[in-house]
Amino acid sequence: MELATFLIQLLNGVQYGLLLFLVSSGLTLVFGIMGIINIAHGSFYMIGAYLAWSLTGAIGNFWLAIPAGIVITVLIGMLLEWLVIRWLYNRDHLYQVLLTYGLILVFEELRSVLWGDDVRGVNIPQILAASIPLTENQSYPVYRLAISAVCLVVAVLMYWVIQRTRLGMMIRAGASNREMVQSLGINIHIVYRVVFAAGLTLAALAGMIAAPVSAVFPGMGNHVLIICFVVVVIGGMGSVKGALIASLLIGLVDTFGKVVTLEIGGVKLLPELSSMTVYVLMAAILLWRPEGLFGKRL
Amino acid sequence: MSTPGTAAVSSSRANTILLMVVVMGIAVTPFFAEKFYVQFFAKLLIMGILAMSLDLLLGYTGLVSFGHAAFYGAAAYTLAMLTPPFQAANFWTSFPLAVAVSALLALVIGFFVVRMHGIYFIMVTLAFAQMLYFLFHDTKIAGGNDGIYIDVRPVAMIGEWQPFNLDNFVHIFYLVLVFFVLVYILLRVILASPFGRVLVGIKANEARMRSLGFPTFRYKLVAFVIAGAIAGIAGYLSSIQFGVVNPEMMGWHLSGAVMMMVILGGMGTLTGPIIGAAVWMLLELGLQGLPKIGDVDLGKHWQLWMGSFIVLASLLLPNGLLGLGASLLRKMRKPRG
Amino acid sequence: MADAILATQGLTRHFGGLAAVSNVTLDAHMGQLHAVIGPNGAGKSTLINMLSGDLPPSSGSVSIGGRDVTGLAAHQISRMGVGRSYQKTNVFLAFTAFENCRLAAQSRRKTSMQFFRPAARLADVNRAAEVALEAAGLAGRMDVVASALSHGEQRQLEIAMTLATQPKLLLLDEPLAGMGAEESASMVALLKKLVQTHAILLVEHDMDAVFALADRLTVMVNGQVLASGLPAEIRANAEVQEAYLGESHE
Repeated sequence: MELATFLIQLLNGVQYGLLLFLVSSGLTLVFGIMGIINIAHGSFYMIGAYLAWSLTGAIGNFWLAIPAGIVITVLIGMLLEWLVIRWLYNRDHLYQVLLTYGLILVFEELRSVLWGDDVRGVNIPQILAASIPLTENQSYPVYRLAISAVCLVVAVLMYWVIQRTRLGMMIRAGASNREMVQSLGINIHIVYRVVFAAGLTLAALAGMIAAPVSAVFPGMGNHVLIICFVVVVIGGMGSVKGALIASLLIGLVDTFGKVVTLEIGGVKLLPELSSMTVYVLMAAILLWRPEGLFGKRL
Repeated sequence: MSTPGTAAVSSSRANTILLMVVVMGIAVTPFFAEKFYVQFFAKLLIMGILAMSLDLLLGYTGLVSFGHAAFYGAAAYTLAMLTPPFQAANFWTSFPLAVAVSALLALVIGFFVVRMHGIYFIMVTLAFAQMLYFLFHDTKIAGGNDGIYIDVRPVAMIGEWQPFNLDNFVHIFYLVLVFFVLVYILLRVILASPFGRVLVGIKANEARMRSLGFPTFRYKLVAFVIAGAIAGIAGYLSSIQFGVVNPEMMGWHLSGAVMMMVILGGMGTLTGPIIGAAVWMLLELGLQGLPKIGDVDLGKHWQLWMGSFIVLASLLLPNGLLGLGASLLRKMRKPRG
Repeated sequence: MADAILATQGLTRHFGGLAAVSNVTLDAHMGQLHAVIGPNGAGKSTLINMLSGDLPPSSGSVSIGGRDVTGLAAHQISRMGVGRSYQKTNVFLAFTAFENCRLAAQSRRKTSMQFFRPAARLADVNRAAEVALEAAGLAGRMDVVASALSHGEQRQLEIAMTLATQPKLLLLDEPLAGMGAEESASMVALLKKLVQTHAILLVEHDMDAVFALADRLTVMVNGQVLASGLPAEIRANAEVQEAYLGESHE
């Protein structure tokens, strides 16, 4: 493989990985702090993408569509938590999975009613439509670099908020001791509502910024969700470091798996079975460390 | 709920008697009803078998497997791949083989996932099932996205004698009914056995079971394999019934639906899942048939109503319909003193 | 002196930077009751967890019946004839007292991978369960669901379950916890009877019971052994008096 091609695939892999990190950190945030597994998380990736498409169409400006989309998602998230999610605290994970599975169906159909079932596209905004030339006939899109940059910025922002602000302190305290936090006069319910909305917004934001480079289609949320699970299983639940490393690993393995050719004993494995590489990786890691790379040993 | 104390035994005996009555009622359907209903009941019984197999894991062992459909689809695909183009497979070889494939798959996947607990277990079962889904959906191994048609149903000849003809939908119905009853009896026997008691203990308190000397990993894995094999029975019967096999049979929508059936009916009761399967299928049928009100096609977006129902049922019916019935009975029996 | 049925050497367990148990060396013999006492947080439960296989040690060794069992899993140690009871009642609350012990007794079968016979008809298992329940004083309460038993009865059930596995070595973690005077006296009488045929390692706070039962005494403070020896010696030990016996609450 020539250097330019390798570089392109490397950058693609990293970009995909960072996008995955954005989505899965939302999932881990909600689970780690509220103890709730929300499998409708992936639906918000899809909702974000469709919001980007419809708002860009309505407002005419991608840059305004994103903050508008964020505001809408935050409101939906807070409403959802107030209406339904808050009954799930302390309940068995089984019921959380079931209820949020029901939500997936609801969101799928709402999307179908509001925006139809067709595949959509969003144009890359003008400013970022350029490409950086690598060789005579190969170049790399600036927009993809922008995606990676946004993901990194958001990750740093999250770290700063959680580790260095009062809100973050309340969140971390609420994760370990709800009663104490409440007796200190802090309304834990509001904290949870904020955390939940933030988690969903991370997924939606990822969907929004990814929309220009990936198609906007009905099943996109489900696929992302499963990959998020793989991220968390490989990285270890509750470990943000683990989620980052796992996301990058998956991003690279998946991307290279699609372009590399591998044949063993006459059987064509890659790129034919490229959609399975991520799961094979997961199985291999599980054999070696069932608790994930950075998970706590149970 | 499942201890051999007198109260529990009589309630499970009552359940069994009720079930026998219902089964006998269903058994005479082909004499009265048209083809659509006979096939509907056959599908209902198949879902009942699938739901019972998941209850073994969910309700009795405490394993929340979110990828159970994989074993259902695997047996279906096995039959499809064993059927030569425009020819019939042999029932007596294809059926055991299909179930064996499901069991083997459950053994391999189980080996990886059974060592995990809690939320990890749920996620990893889903991930492995999706892996299989993509294997069949994205590649040309078995017709890809569109699936495979089983042009000719398997033939069940023993020498010159043909005990049943799978081209006849009534024969299929009775074959399904026989397996439904057999699976129910098998599971009741297994649950009452030393093995079954270990499973129930594992669900109640796995750590204590280990400290009592039980190597729990082994028992969970065997339960996983048994459940997978029974799901394979359902999958094989289903592919005979519909004559087509597609990746959705391994998909997580089906896994989620089966889980819902078990919870809705009442997990850990074996009869609950059967009720849940029936209610679910009737609900699906009813919702899909909703009329158009003005411009809005209520039936087309039936999943919206289904999803809302799932949300409400998860919140309000943790013990399922059987649990609701039991608590109502208790309230009626105890006079307020 | 008979060989020790249980012996530990330098047993240590770290949690992060904290050493919950440090360098504990002790043993237990058949026909003897070895009591381990100490203030809360002294590491006594962690010690028992390492002996029963619920927790692997960070360093040091454990041997049972002369065999090195360091790092073996709980179920493997249990099958070597070790029975362990828990400080926080750990019975199967939804099962009857009988079913709790029946399941415990079933663990002694070569294998429970039997699918086609009814578990309720295993005569030898049923008998073992009945014997254990009678020994623990629950003969009249066999068919009561465990969640309906009183706290003291649940502690008795804890012991009955342990006995149903027919162990040679008993690891008992505060069996008297939360018991009233009468129930405590019954439990002490039971332990006095059991020690004749078993080896017992007992963790307890109830000092009257400890001095009535113990053949040997080990005092732990901050994860380390402060003193170990005959009860009379320990009672007279000034360090021990200052560190612990002075603040005992029974």
